[in-house]
Amino acid sequence: MSSPPKSATVRELTYLNAIVEAQREEMLRDERVILIGENIDIYGGSPLFDTFDERRLRNVPISENGFTGMGIGAALTGLRPIVDLTIASFVYLAADQIINQAAKLRYMTGGQLSVPIVFRACTYYNICNAAQHSDRPYPFFMNVPGLKIVAPATPADMKGLLKSAIRDDDPVLVFEDMSLWTKKEQVSTDPDFLVPIGKADVKRGGKDVTIVSIAGCLPKALAAADALQGEGISAEVIDLRTLLPLDTDTLLESLSKTGRVVIVDNSHRTGSVASEVSAVMSEEGFEILRAPIRRVTTPAVQIPYSAALEKPLYPSTERIVAAVKSIL
Amino acid sequence: MAPGLTRDLSLQAYRRMVRIRRFEEEAMRRAMAGEFSGMHSSSGQEAAIVGACLALRDDDYITGTHRSHGHPIGKGADLKPLMAELYGKATGICKGRGGSMHLADRKVGIIGESAIVGGGIPLATGAALSIQVRGTDQVSLCFFGDGAANQGTFGESLNLAAIWKLPVIFFCENNLYAISTPVAKSHGQPDIALRAAGFGLPGVIVDGQDLAAVYAATAVAVSRARQGGGPTLIEAKTYRFEEHCLNLQVPIPYRTPQELERYKSQRDPLVLYRKEMLRSGIGQAQIDAIERDVATEVADAVTFARESPLPDPDEVYDYLFSNPIHYPPEPAP
Repeated sequence: MSSPPKSATVRELTYLNAIVEAQREEMLRDERVILIGENIDIYGGSPLFDTFDERRLRNVPISENGFTGMGIGAALTGLRPIVDLTIASFVYLAADQIINQAAKLRYMTGGQLSVPIVFRACTYYNICNAAQHSDRPYPFFMNVPGLKIVAPATPADMKGLLKSAIRDDDPVLVFEDMSLWTKKEQVSTDPDFLVPIGKADVKRGGKDVTIVSIAGCLPKALAAADALQGEGISAEVIDLRTLLPLDTDTLLESLSKTGRVVIVDNSHRTGSVASEVSAVMSEEGFEILRAPIRRVTTPAVQIPYSAALEKPLYPSTERIVAAVKSIL
Repeated sequence: MAPGLTRDLSLQAYRRMVRIRRFEEEAMRRAMAGEFSGMHSSSGQEAAIVGACLALRDDDYITGTHRSHGHPIGKGADLKPLMAELYGKATGICKGRGGSMHLADRKVGIIGESAIVGGGIPLATGAALSIQVRGTDQVSLCFFGDGAANQGTFGESLNLAAIWKLPVIFFCENNLYAISTPVAKSHGQPDIALRAAGFGLPGVIVDGQDLAAVYAATAVAVSRARQGGGPTLIEAKTYRFEEHCLNLQVPIPYRTPQELERYKSQRDPLVLYRKEMLRSGIGQAQIDAIERDVATEVADAVTFARESPLPDPDEVYDYLFSNPIHYPPEPAP
């Protein structure tokens, strides 16, 4: 569990404010950190203009591949940029520079170069924006060696993981989940409060089944665990937090206790994060599995505009509960 | 001779051009003998490369292209690790992980040789942003070809650099063909430098076979960038003497033998510059000495490469991340 150190003070933060505070603290701590993004002066980055100026806050034209590559070039030459790609559907426009340059340059140069950069992208779904604004594209990037990917689901995890990402010497994709923006909790004000990349978190202990949650699925997974508790079923809820590299140890430790797994993932079912987690758990945990693995995902259909069509597509508490019961 | 091209600098320039030419010729021979796989030769484009590199300081940045051998050599890199990289050896400049299209040597300022056409242009722009944020007087220079000028990254980067007056020189080695597609059939108008005006920066056309002319144009752009005057687009009209790529079959001719012959016999940058040097009073003996030195250097590089160890397959994950990440081992196939 990512509880703050006892000596540090805490402050209530929303998930959205956790992003702002993580960036502010790291920009104060390290002159090399800069922020690059579209309309940052009016949207998410605007509070930072109180503290920093346009030298380090670069409002950019709509040129995703260009300014992403520009951030990478700055990372190669002494800065630690944060590139805000805003809505995650736009990441595809920058994918060439993320995949072909950021993820490959250290390796392809035999370690001569270092790419300390953060790419931020917000999954922006279930609010009637149709298919070109609603992507949850995590799994595409899981197939890219050289990238690290985090998808925090609580304010504390967002603050701690974003700060870790900024301090990391490799490219890190940080997915934020719009459905969590207003969630609040007490978060450490210690400027060195970090959540390590590569560590899943057991958000709720249990013994009958492991529910693995990805990004914004966490509140639904916890609600499902509550509902199951009422029926005498004890569910352990693990928030994956880091998608690449996967924390296989924590997953297998939980599996060794429960023998049953349901994976909850907002991405489309085919080749999803859940698919990879399922593959790893079946390959490495086959001997301890007591029932088939179940995935609760978004079906492989484009996201429609109408709420009547869109809302039923994403994993819900009811679907998670049903999946758990199907393997008990 | 261009202003600033002293006798010493002229000899240095010629030496660098000869190093590129002889390195490429020997690498072609070794590749054709089956000692390693294909390569993209820079022969014919040496004056453009060296003229540009010569105008830079040791602490400036360069990004390059898949035709990557010339850029590090033009900036003064040691030939041994470059040749060893072609052989895929552990002593290669990229430890056998980059190969012929990616001879990036960070020691001479190169921050990437991109085989994604146009991929290096934003990187050079970002290096210039970094220079501006850090407040130094460095510059960055981006080599790219006529083909890359049609990528989105070209327009996006020129615009970004113009907005903030970034200290970057966009240097187009226009060798007239994107593999087989001529500029006349892929550009709405043939002069790439004219595009600069649309983005609000100066565009300059220069004879890419004339080292002194390239050096002079680049020196002006570099000086402008160092003083906060912003970016410049330089288009060096040049020509590639070899095929796009060794081992790539060209079933249909796309340029005439006469055109190729004309460039080789009349527009060889090394021949042109030799004449220039002799005219300016540099003796034949000094020119011959450079040829001898370089022949030895190239032969030594081949020996070094051949005798170097291959990389250890157990170390294939090395350099993927800055900090070791221990993935579960892959199951045996």
